[in-house]
Amino acid sequence: MNIDALSASAVDGLMIGFIYGLAAMGLTLIFGVMRVINLAHGPVIAVGMFAVLLLGQNLGLNPYIALPIVLLLGLASGIAMYFIAVHRVINAPELTTLLATFSVNLMIVGIGTVLFTTSPRALSVDLGSVQAGAVTVLGTKAVAVLIAIVATAGLYYFLYRTRAGKSIRAVANNRSAAELMGIDSTWVLALSFGIGIALAMGSGSLLATMFSFTILSGTVYEVKSFIIVVLGGLGNPFGALLGGIVIGLLEGIATISPLPVGWVPVIEFGVFVLILLVRPTGLFGAR
Amino acid sequence: MILQVQNVSKRFGGLVALDSVSLEVQEGEILGVIGPNGAGKTTLFNVINGVYAPQEGLILFRGENITGLPPFKVARRGIARTHQIVRPLGELSVKENVTVGACFGRENLSLKAAARVADEVLAFVGLAAKTDLLAGKLNVAEKKRLELARALAMRPALLLLDEVLAGLNPNEVSEMISSIRRIRDQGVSIIMIEHLMHAVMKLSDRVFVLDHGAQIAEGTPEVVSSHPKVVEAYLGDPQAALRLLEGSA
Amino acid sequence: MSALRAPFFWVLLVVVGGVGLLPILTGSDGTREDVFLVLMLVILASSINIIMGYTGYVSFGHIVFFGLGGYVAFYLMLNHQVHFVAAALVGGIVSSLIAFLLGIPVLRLRGAYFALATIGINEVVRSFVTNFDPFGGATGMFFNYQVYDSYGGAKNALWFAYDAILIVALLCTITSLLIKKSKFGLGLLAIREDQDASQVLGIDPSRSKVVVYTISAFFPGLAGAIFFFKNGIIEPGPAFDLLRSIEALVMVMLGGYGTVAGPIVGAAVYEQLRAFLITNPTFSSLHLFVAGFLLLLIVLFVTNGLVGWLRQRTPQLRRYLE
Repeated sequence: MNIDALSASAVDGLMIGFIYGLAAMGLTLIFGVMRVINLAHGPVIAVGMFAVLLLGQNLGLNPYIALPIVLLLGLASGIAMYFIAVHRVINAPELTTLLATFSVNLMIVGIGTVLFTTSPRALSVDLGSVQAGAVTVLGTKAVAVLIAIVATAGLYYFLYRTRAGKSIRAVANNRSAAELMGIDSTWVLALSFGIGIALAMGSGSLLATMFSFTILSGTVYEVKSFIIVVLGGLGNPFGALLGGIVIGLLEGIATISPLPVGWVPVIEFGVFVLILLVRPTGLFGAR
Repeated sequence: MILQVQNVSKRFGGLVALDSVSLEVQEGEILGVIGPNGAGKTTLFNVINGVYAPQEGLILFRGENITGLPPFKVARRGIARTHQIVRPLGELSVKENVTVGACFGRENLSLKAAARVADEVLAFVGLAAKTDLLAGKLNVAEKKRLELARALAMRPALLLLDEVLAGLNPNEVSEMISSIRRIRDQGVSIIMIEHLMHAVMKLSDRVFVLDHGAQIAEGTPEVVSSHPKVVEAYLGDPQAALRLLEGSA
Repeated sequence: MSALRAPFFWVLLVVVGGVGLLPILTGSDGTREDVFLVLMLVILASSINIIMGYTGYVSFGHIVFFGLGGYVAFYLMLNHQVHFVAAALVGGIVSSLIAFLLGIPVLRLRGAYFALATIGINEVVRSFVTNFDPFGGATGMFFNYQVYDSYGGAKNALWFAYDAILIVALLCTITSLLIKKSKFGLGLLAIREDQDASQVLGIDPSRSKVVVYTISAFFPGLAGAIFFFKNGIIEPGPAFDLLRSIEALVMVMLGGYGTVAGPIVGAAVYEQLRAFLITNPTFSSLHLFVAGFLLLLIVLFVTNGLVGWLRQRTPQLRRYLE
């Protein structure tokens, strides 16, 4: 293994890890606040991919200008999704919310397949690249990492410095106590769900600037998000970013290691199950 | 001697919930446990029936060491309990709830025999008319009686009652008091945690007072209610002091 | 065993057995294939119901036992010329054994953590098998037609597989009934309602859960062995298809969580509905959407499923519909 190849794959993996982390953050935020595992996470990421594509095709918007619009769309549709599919069963056993969000998964994939078929699409974004020794950094990736960092910082600011964010943390901590303090938990839950969906769709948009995609592409990232979320601690958005980086690095380095690439998922899922068993609060879990 | 608790301590992180507590229960006795909120009363039950293992100390049931046994093993040996916050098996019928107790309790009965015991016990606590209802649909007073029925169906030698009177109206309280007397008359020893002082004083053979995890007094109801430390502990909580005075009056 | 004298036992036997005999009486290949699929789904859904509906543990990745049973049996038939029946039994037993070993640590997890872990286990096994050369790796394994010669040729082998799945479906649903009506089953229901309270009532949850998980893995193992024997080819994708697992969960919900008849009704209705949607020109392209929409309606408004709803509405029916 030579050092050039290693540093190139490590940097590549590290960068993609930020995007994985951003995607997983949406999933873990929703879980942390309302103990719901959103099984529509993958299709939502795919919707983010198509949203940026359609905004480009129909309104001629540059993907990076379309991104804030996608985030707003995500927020609105996430709130709608909460009231349609989740609110009625928010206090029911896990199974119920798992199935409710899975039904949304089926509906999105169903409609998406009709509208977009399953043939691959791609955005044509070229921001050039920067060369530093053996390491080549694509402009699209660098910008995506930057946006992921800004989004994480923004989420942190929102959760810890704003009134709405503090309400979200209060509800996540203890819903009935927060309600006694006069917090309208229904709206807080809906808002959190909206933010979670917006993050997932945003990460989808960024992924679309780098890879080709279909309506089914979200599934891969959904499964990765599960691993990342468990790694970072279920319900911990900032742990998710770290978890994403770990998984990204692992995948990057695996491409040049003597281990056949096929074994990477065995390791990933093995670690996933092990962490659940040994340390369900995650490697970076605060509690 | 049915139960001996010897120098039992239980800490949660830095919080000392039980500080070297010792107590004894005689066969056929009713021991009342009182103390301000947060005194460690429910923790005491949790340690006796195996929900928590104590860090120090011994618990002997009929002379056998049961310290650190899991709750189901303690239950099978003959210690049953009710919960302060009722825990009905909501989607099961009232009768099924009680049958569970009879099936897996001390006598390890077959389903058929357990169903007969369940009918008996439900009649005893006055829930015979509700047997087929889902337990989740009962009102609070009925849920309390269900907790009691479930514990009785286990045919325990020792019964731990955690605030079975709280939230009941005066009528229901006096019914429950007479039920508890009848249970004791059948030879079951009882430890009861209770806030309702006049009931504790009326029912208990002896009263045990906990404050901040430590024993501050023990003795007959008369002795305890005039014990200076007890009055002091309750004066920190004026309402409780008032109740105590009413109870001893 | 008093459950075997209950009226519902005979209803179960007559309905499942009756439908099961249909292809045998008519001798129609088409009917046989349709009923085979429904019976297989009944096995998957009933097994999931035993761990999920009775015990409250949502085994999302239960399909792993279907795939494992299938792979083990297929390997034995192909490489060691083991007879189909023996190979299927070994497949079922290996599935159970693995469930037993996994169950000890995994069943300590509760709620969503358990559900996620079962997904993880399925993915570990799937990606492992994809790289495991003795099982054919990513391309899997396939029979040449000589394998079927010992069963009187391919056509007879199909009927043989059908008889096998019918017997396993009956065994599985009867087991489900026996568990539900037993003391052990009552303990499971108590665990489902409140695990901590059940312990205080004298139930050993750890032991009960491992036992029931082991049982619930046996029948999918057999079903996998039979399905892939009939198929003649086994690949990691179809063997460990998480979507099929989730579909089986949907069937349980549709029919009625925690009832014996629920998974049977759910499997039959779901499969009929799917067949209708796929073949109907208006819905064929939208069938996923319609399925999702129906699922959402059930989850939101008919929480107890069809059987649960009927039992609630008509108490007289309860003896005949457990």
